Amino acid sequence: MSLGQRVSSDHQLTRLLQIGVVLEELVESRAAHHIESLPPDERATVDEEVEELLAEAATESADHRERLEALIDDLEAETVGYEEINALVDAQYGPPEDTDGVLYDQLANEETAYKFYDDLIEAIEASESEFAVDRDRLLETLYSIREEEKEGVEEVTAIMERRA
Amino acid sequence: MNTADQYLKAIYLAQRLEDGPASTGTLADLLEVSPASVNEMIGKLEDRELVDHEKYKGASLTDEGLERAHDALQTYCIIERFLANVLEVEEFRDEARALESVIDDTVAERLDTIIDRPDQCPDCFDAEADCCELLELEAGGHAD
Repeated sequence: MSLGQRVSSDHQLTRLLQIGVVLEELVESRAAHHIESLPPDERATVDEEVEELLAEAATESADHRERLEALIDDLEAETVGYEEINALVDAQYGPPEDTDGVLYDQLANEETAYKFYDDLIEAIEASESEFAVDRDRLLETLYSIREEEKEGVEEVTAIMERRA
Repeated sequence: MNTADQYLKAIYLAQRLEDGPASTGTLADLLEVSPASVNEMIGKLEDRELVDHEKYKGASLTDEGLERAHDALQTYCIIERFLANVLEVEEFRDEARALESVIDDTVAERLDTIIDRPDQCPDCFDAEADCCELLELEAGGHAD
């Protein structure tokens, strides 16, 4: 058991970045599933704003995934492919009841991703270890992804408030 | 998972291993910390009414402590299963131990949406084997 938040090796860093990739793939896949899962009448009433939000979330996740994958490449490791995660989402997917459920799930996605990057940054900053990937580049990438996740949380919250 | 939850989980497992209160020595071994650190944290958990401590016997979880330990163990099971079955990590036990402090419960909950976990989790966790007794490794998998 390892007490205290600290990333102390390339191996541990790689594993955490791989988990980040899976979380992004989850967001991407769930966003796609949400739109498809809504019954036709509900789907017709999903306003443009929500549809746009889900499309943006999927695009943004794909972009985050690529940035994480570039770091993982430098650490000479691989990631789990999107199709594999998509199949796992498919196997366990329980669609939200309505558009509010979709938004709630999207909020949970963004909040979880934000929390993950926030903890990861803290654990890297708490460590004095040298990594095979440039530390400044690593942290800059994670800061910027975390910022975008924060904006994502604000965006979903704003839509939810408008609908309330 | 924060340090307090890691301690509660360790006390829960130690109580199961020892079939009684968790001794400082066992907890120090499980958590890889000094007995002095264990005693200090036990004191804090006692103040928060999560643990009862009896001198020369050891620590036992209160009802509230047990509930939190259960949740913490469930989070740990999710991390182990995710590592073993999704990332196909051979040394999933060691890696779960190394990662648990950095993985928050909310993150584990998301990862839980793509893993297959038995309903009785975490009661099926085998304290001695340090993993779920029902965990099936992927074909060609990496049982160690």
